[in-house]
Amino acid sequence: FFFLIMPVVSVKRDLLHEALGEVYDQAAFEDLCFDFGIELDDVTSEKEEIEKELGEGSEKLKDASDEVIYKIDIPANRYDLLCLEGIAKAMRVFLQKDPKPPVFKVLPKKISMTVEKSVESIRPHVVCAILRNVTFTQASYRSFIDLQDKFHQNIGRNRTLVSIGTHDLDNIEPPFFYRALPPSEIKFVPLRGSDNEVDGNQLMVELEKDLQLKRYLHIIKDSPVYPVIYDNRGKVLSLPPIINGKYSKMSKDTKNILIEVTATDLTKAHIVLNNMCAMFSGYCSEPYTIEAMDVITESGEIVHENLPRMEYRSTTASLKYIRSLLDLKLPSNEVVDLLNKMMLPSSVSADGESLEVLVPPTRSDILHECDIAEDVAIAYGYNNLNIVTPNTVTSGGQHPVNMLSDLLRSEMAFAGYTEILSFALCARNENYDFLRRKEDNLCVTISNPKTFEFQIGRTTLLVGLLKTLACNKQLPLPIKLYEIADVILKDSESDVGAVNQRRLAMLFSDVQASFEKLQGVLDLIMLKLGVSDERYYLDGNSCNDEALFPGMRANVMVDEKNIGCIGILHPEVITNFNIGHAVTVCELNIERFV
Amino acid sequence: LYLLQQCQENTMELTPENILGYINENNEVSNSRDLCTKMNWDHEKLFGICMSLVSKEMIVDKMHSDQIRSLTAEGRKVLENGSPEFLVYQGVGTEGTSKADLEKSLGKGVVNIGFSYCMKNKWIRFDKGTGLVTRSADNVHDTVSEELQNLENLDNSKLNLYKKRKMVEMVKQTHFSLTKGPKFALEVKTYEATLTADMIASGSWKELDFKPLNLSKGVKGLPPNGGHLHTLLKCRTMMKEIFLEMGFQEMPTNNYVESSFWNFDALFQPQQHPARDAHDTFFLSDPATAKDLPADYLKRVKEMHENGGSGSIGWRYNWSEDEARKNLLRTHTTAVSARMLYQLAQEKEFTPKKYFSIDKVFRNETLDPTHLAEFNQIEGLVADYNLTLGNLMGVIREFFSKLGLTNIKFKPAYNPYTEPSMEIFSYHEGHGKWLEIGNSGVFRPEMLTPMNLPEGVRVIAWGLSLERPTMIKYKYSNIRDLVGHKVDIDGVQKNTICRRGLGN
Repeated sequence: FFFLIMPVVSVKRDLLHEALGEVYDQAAFEDLCFDFGIELDDVTSEKEEIEKELGEGSEKLKDASDEVIYKIDIPANRYDLLCLEGIAKAMRVFLQKDPKPPVFKVLPKKISMTVEKSVESIRPHVVCAILRNVTFTQASYRSFIDLQDKFHQNIGRNRTLVSIGTHDLDNIEPPFFYRALPPSEIKFVPLRGSDNEVDGNQLMVELEKDLQLKRYLHIIKDSPVYPVIYDNRGKVLSLPPIINGKYSKMSKDTKNILIEVTATDLTKAHIVLNNMCAMFSGYCSEPYTIEAMDVITESGEIVHENLPRMEYRSTTASLKYIRSLLDLKLPSNEVVDLLNKMMLPSSVSADGESLEVLVPPTRSDILHECDIAEDVAIAYGYNNLNIVTPNTVTSGGQHPVNMLSDLLRSEMAFAGYTEILSFALCARNENYDFLRRKEDNLCVTISNPKTFEFQIGRTTLLVGLLKTLACNKQLPLPIKLYEIADVILKDSESDVGAVNQRRLAMLFSDVQASFEKLQGVLDLIMLKLGVSDERYYLDGNSCNDEALFPGMRANVMVDEKNIGCIGILHPEVITNFNIGHAVTVCELNIERFV
Repeated sequence: LYLLQQCQENTMELTPENILGYINENNEVSNSRDLCTKMNWDHEKLFGICMSLVSKEMIVDKMHSDQIRSLTAEGRKVLENGSPEFLVYQGVGTEGTSKADLEKSLGKGVVNIGFSYCMKNKWIRFDKGTGLVTRSADNVHDTVSEELQNLENLDNSKLNLYKKRKMVEMVKQTHFSLTKGPKFALEVKTYEATLTADMIASGSWKELDFKPLNLSKGVKGLPPNGGHLHTLLKCRTMMKEIFLEMGFQEMPTNNYVESSFWNFDALFQPQQHPARDAHDTFFLSDPATAKDLPADYLKRVKEMHENGGSGSIGWRYNWSEDEARKNLLRTHTTAVSARMLYQLAQEKEFTPKKYFSIDKVFRNETLDPTHLAEFNQIEGLVADYNLTLGNLMGVIREFFSKLGLTNIKFKPAYNPYTEPSMEIFSYHEGHGKWLEIGNSGVFRPEMLTPMNLPEGVRVIAWGLSLERPTMIKYKYSNIRDLVGHKVDIDGVQKNTICRRGLGN
């Protein structure tokens, strides 16, 4: 429910104001963002960013601009808000400066892309489209490049799922071909990494030195064939998802553009192509026109016809549902007005019961009528809704294990012990070697830990207690600590193969060890739990716990069941944890007392 | 006669009675140090006796502090051996000598300083040609050492000179003055330290005088030997109480190991969602996969992801059961909420529920001052027919107002398994700004429908971390000072009780 990672889009403030046709002071813009569900995260400039990264003395500062940059947090499902063009359009419609989102005109196809069977094993999908008579400025060309980066990182999951190639159509010869070939057979001059023609294998070696691109190499590197896009002359346009060829290189002055999107996930490929076309067809001489393309097989069968799919998807949303979910009594036409502000052109159906909603090709976030209801709520203003505590009547209650734990936590504190809170994860050697205990195949193992600290789930609370003691040696002696928490144990009976077990662990540390002092606390806890003396005893003979000093250790037996152990910690364990004074410990499974 | 009197005074012994006598005669002691000089008493001892008389309220003390002139180590050396210039002058002798020989006998430091002062005073002469140093004055006095003996009488310019030469420094010295107290007497009575059982039994308490309590500000009593609850868990108790007051039932969250199915798929979180990345989630190699997943439900979840249903177009990708079986350490307690809602849906008749939990969740994060690999998530949810977004805001508002946060507002947000979704902001007076304090939403129909919850049942839910409000409340800036083995136990023992509210 939290720590959601949100994409951050950087836009120049003045360009955004220009696109919105209005200058906002920062506070007013923040309020606008808040209402719309995006967030002004940071205000900075190129200069500030460089200073932050490279320090005040950096050479790069000389040419850096101090134009104000807004960094804006975007909800992760709004792929239509990842560039200035998209944010400005959505806000203009929200502010009712524009009546509705653009309607796209798809011109008849002239050019095809052939997808060959060979790509199936490596990167099976390609979709594509053409933009003609585009006029970029420096800023809009930058935005065009940045949006591709955003898609690569985001929905493309670092290019594994989707990657984009854009090419100067005037330098290449249609039709185009998407095929997979052994790397040694692919020869071209890449956009980066080499000025000369290289083959696929050489390119991989060269790009190992490229800090930005080397992290994508793994996607195809070990495949026997690499995906590649050729033109009719047999020249390479791109080697997805790594790099384009120099041959089709674009610049800000490029007029006609081929956009190709290759993917392992077709749905996502369409989302990316639609948004690329929607955002930048606005710069065509006739805005929002796109030239269609077909994707065909080698034998000429159509795979995808008339790409991109820029038609609005028609769906319905029940007015009763929207009104009930939002507790809104608005007339239908006002609900329609609200949806129009959210770029969802709508109309009331003939029977007046529902809305006909036209979902733009850019709004891949709309899956269900609940998404439409949310947009009604945003346009109406969350904080204007009728806020009422639900009248659901239920009776409260605590989970029995937690209730018992809380009662014992208090008893331990009354007995003079201080509660600690340690991690459920630890290093394997802490849980076993440091405690002189043998591997018992009881711990769960993490496959991808980032640090040595978190390799396994603890099977004992002693690790946390002893580490806490080691960090608090300066305290006046005796030190008395306890923790009531869960350990994790493998268990073949459980659906996931592991269960938690609630434990109580305590520790008494002084210049000299005292078994009796901790035994007294154990006696007290048993007394408080209502365990009579007949039901409970300590068994020294059956205890072989190597963490404890031989002859000074015992199993805790309740109703003839071993529920834990008590004893003086073995001197080697004390040394392993870097403690220095004598320690007596006790650890119990308390679940049987629930 | 005067001399005789002084002589008598000087032989007076340092006793409480003598001090009291002196005060009786002179009405006060204006400066304890002057008195010590006069009486030849030890100031420390005088102080000790006076404090005991003060505690008996026989006399009243007042502390003062002065800046006084004092010799530095260098200054004391001059007093003992003579000033560097005098030493050099003596070292040159009547015959004269070379600089190197001087350095050999007096040391380089002394010669460096002494030589230049000798030259300045025109006491010696240095022949550059022969390298010979000879005296150029007779009957030289070591005025430096003489003047240092008489520090108090130095004029300011001399004082500054010696300060510059690091022979004299100003130090703080305390003295005290004394006047009669409310229980002033010439005799010191003996006081009983405290009331005892014997005194009560014999009735002797009626005749005895008791030592007054020392109630000076800052004087502490003896600390008790009791134990202490952990700061974060005190806050957990407070949060739990709020839920219980509101009629919420605690969910069983004691299962840290979870399958991807319950943690993600059941929540309609697509398998390619970035949150499922190994960068953010601890996956398990042992036990690597979950064996039991409810088969029918699994089929319905798969269908919803791939093709949608109940008015949804779904995520439209190939859903993998293998991916769903991958075990992990749960990334949120919402996995448990999903299990509870599924169980609820299997009951014959739906009954409305309010559930809560506060327990550990895990993220494969690099540790920093605000992030740990494990932390506690607070979650609350209500399941009932026809709940509204306003109901969600209402229940959240009630929850936070019990916590003492009354000024809250809601921002539209995105969350993969709720729609509508909201971030919760609270105005923090101390920070002077709106802080994000939680996340919330209405569970998506795509999550509830496959569970077979009846049509029209909606589930509203919110979540927050336990650590963040606790850090704000107890003013921690580093989470590692609050959670884990590096926590300062002394700090745990000194933290205040956990009242409602983010203040303390």
